[in-house]
Amino acid sequence: MESREQELVRRILNGDAEKFYELIRPFERRVYAAAFAILRNEADAEDVAQEAILKAFANLRQFRAEARFSTWLIQITVNEARMRLRRSHPEVMEPIGEHEDGEGAYLPREFPDWREVPSEALERKEVRELLLEALAALGNKYREVFVLRDVQHLSIEEVSQTLGISTASVKTRLLRARLMLRDLLAPKLAAGWFSRVPFRKGDKPW
Amino acid sequence: MVVTCEQVWQEISNYLENDIDSALRAAMDEHFRECKRCSSVLEGTKNLVELYEDERLFHAPLGYSWRLHGKLAEYMPRPKGTARGWLVAVAAIGLIVGGLGIATHASRNRAPLLSQHAQPGRRIPKDLAVLVTGDSKVFHVAGCPFIHDKDKGIQTMTAAQAEDEGYVPCVRCLGKYLLESAKAFAKRHGWLA
Repeated sequence: MESREQELVRRILNGDAEKFYELIRPFERRVYAAAFAILRNEADAEDVAQEAILKAFANLRQFRAEARFSTWLIQITVNEARMRLRRSHPEVMEPIGEHEDGEGAYLPREFPDWREVPSEALERKEVRELLLEALAALGNKYREVFVLRDVQHLSIEEVSQTLGISTASVKTRLLRARLMLRDLLAPKLAAGWFSRVPFRKGDKPW
Repeated sequence: MVVTCEQVWQEISNYLENDIDSALRAAMDEHFRECKRCSSVLEGTKNLVELYEDERLFHAPLGYSWRLHGKLAEYMPRPKGTARGWLVAVAAIGLIVGGLGIATHASRNRAPLLSQHAQPGRRIPKDLAVLVTGDSKVFHVAGCPFIHDKDKGIQTMTAAQAEDEGYVPCVRCLGKYLLESAKAFAKRHGWLA
């Protein structure tokens, strides 16, 4: 049976272009997030997100129904973002992890326990900034894999197809990305951070 | 089966993915119970995966979706105008432009028209900023090339104020302004190519 997504694609290809808005609406934010995670810059991310979505519209005939539309769209976005990165910052300094030898063993550092950071913590701007800074500090090849798997929820196989690397490389890079992020974040998010009272006594904003 | 800390670290990601065989999984579970350091690495890694998958982390900038749809609208083939669409478009333009010409003067506490040869405007947005100059009788939108007596002082006011004071709309600039607005509106709705 035809899914709603397949039906929309069929109708768009038959000339009902307006249906494209409905097709992309659930994925607009994800496309931006993927572009931002790779480019680390709001303006570039928005540009690339727009380009990727226009490209998806122009090339919709190439979309094969056996894939998920979201995966195909994210693949286009990643390609666009990578091209933008190569064009605009060929000389950029490689961040953490890029020059470490191959894909060998990575030893996690020892920290005080970092358990159960509540997701409400994300309401706090400084926590969001910490997480984004840590992600930005990773080398491109680790960041791409981490974003596609853990932010965009592509399968290991889909990540491997999108980036054109083997599944074994995806797994190795994912392991390293996760461990490096943990090393970057644990000292900052560990004990004490969340027990802080947001306002001192007598210093309330109201 | 016994695993070392180093082995655990190499497999911790596959453990989270549930991508290891049951014997290794059991050995790692056993190891986590014993080893504080490895269980801390596991918990920390789990934790960050949960935090990063939260969509609050990647806020799109304000107006992102609106700008995206604008780009798409420029790019998409325009829908062909239907007969009904054309009628609506022509009627809208007619109403707005016609409003400048043939309106009757029936309004609340308005001063008499300053010009005996002019007609008051209709459907001019009340809060549109307009200009009047010296002792002229006409109000304009900024940038109109037909503003006379600029050297005698320019006053800015809303269209509603100007109308209340008896000024009449400049048929050149306000006519053009309203016609363009009507065309833009019709284009946005695909009634005009």
